[in-house]
Amino acid sequence: MAKTESTFKNMVLSLTFISFGAAACLGFVYEMTKEPIALAAMNKKLDAIKQVVPEFNNNPGDEMYRLPTGEGDSLDIYPAKKDNVIVGYAVNSYTKKGFSGNVSLVAGFKPDGTIINISVLEQKETPGLGAKMVEPSFKDQFNDKNPAEFSLKVKKDGGSVDAITAATISSRAFCDAVQRAYNTLQKGEKK
Amino acid sequence: MNQLQNFTKGFFKENPILVLVLGTCPTLATTTSSLNGMGMGIATTFVLVGSNVVISLLAGLIPDKVRIPAFVVIIASFVTIVDLIMQAYVPVLYATLGIFIPLIVVNCIVLGRAEAFASKNSVFSSLIDGLGMGLGFTMALGILGAFREIVGSGTLFGHKFIQGDGILVFVLAPGAFWALGYLIALVNRIKRTTK
Repeated sequence: MAKTESTFKNMVLSLTFISFGAAACLGFVYEMTKEPIALAAMNKKLDAIKQVVPEFNNNPGDEMYRLPTGEGDSLDIYPAKKDNVIVGYAVNSYTKKGFSGNVSLVAGFKPDGTIINISVLEQKETPGLGAKMVEPSFKDQFNDKNPAEFSLKVKKDGGSVDAITAATISSRAFCDAVQRAYNTLQKGEKK
Repeated sequence: MNQLQNFTKGFFKENPILVLVLGTCPTLATTTSSLNGMGMGIATTFVLVGSNVVISLLAGLIPDKVRIPAFVVIIASFVTIVDLIMQAYVPVLYATLGIFIPLIVVNCIVLGRAEAFASKNSVFSSLIDGLGMGLGFTMALGILGAFREIVGSGTLFGHKFIQGDGILVFVLAPGAFWALGYLIALVNRIKRTTK
């Protein structure tokens, strides 16, 4: 096949043709993957909720509501119910104090405010240092503690939390996110 | 050049990472573990094969003066397809690779193969070239990732085999430069002795 000459008409035509083809392909793939993507995001959240609250048989995703943090935005609260009795709340909290970017986590609380478990959804902390916040050796120290008497600060700042070695900033950020979840839940009106 | 040579050149003789030293940005950033490295490699392979085939098909149709924009549109489409598919079906891997998937668009290997090979060769040769180059890239990333994972955190494919921490620096950015540097030196050494 002879090479198409670089005339203005040919250039416009060929680029238009290629762009149309690309747009059509992308539209098709987008439609095809739209549902699985939404499902994957939903499952990820639901898995995290399952980890942090006791067994439930409602759908916390459907009964989700928002509570204001008092800092101008709001957190998502997922109530976990077993036979219509509240067994716990999963709070999707965040912090902007991470060492590199935001940290997003789900903290589970009993109705009296005691922490059940915590699961990190997203973090970009340094691998091997701050990223250890996802490991049980750090985050499990919060389990079964009530922030009313368990001070959510690292020991260096006069609190009760054992910080990750060489990652005090990440440890503080983690505490900040949990504290925000606790404060919001306690202040807010429970449903 | 027969098709077998065409296929195998990507692994050693013209390995994009270890010999041509192309696309080192995603290489250094995503090889913190063997699985991440290989995931990145496979995503790039898909884009390479797809764009090579389409570009070699359309090569006669695209006027020379607008070939680069045309190539970039085609490559970007394939990258977006990979991005959406990974988001839908392997969300865990997508979460770790994150921004580096969309950045395959600017990976020099992809545009380099389009310009240097696919636009001048037949569809089948381009397919084989893309596959060989992509798998060579995957292999280099896998080796680099495995090495950094073993030394840096004492795990391989996520399985822990030594107690405690590894040599942390190998998981961080400086370790990536060291590991890649020594790997390239090793390959050069082997090439010299076999010549």
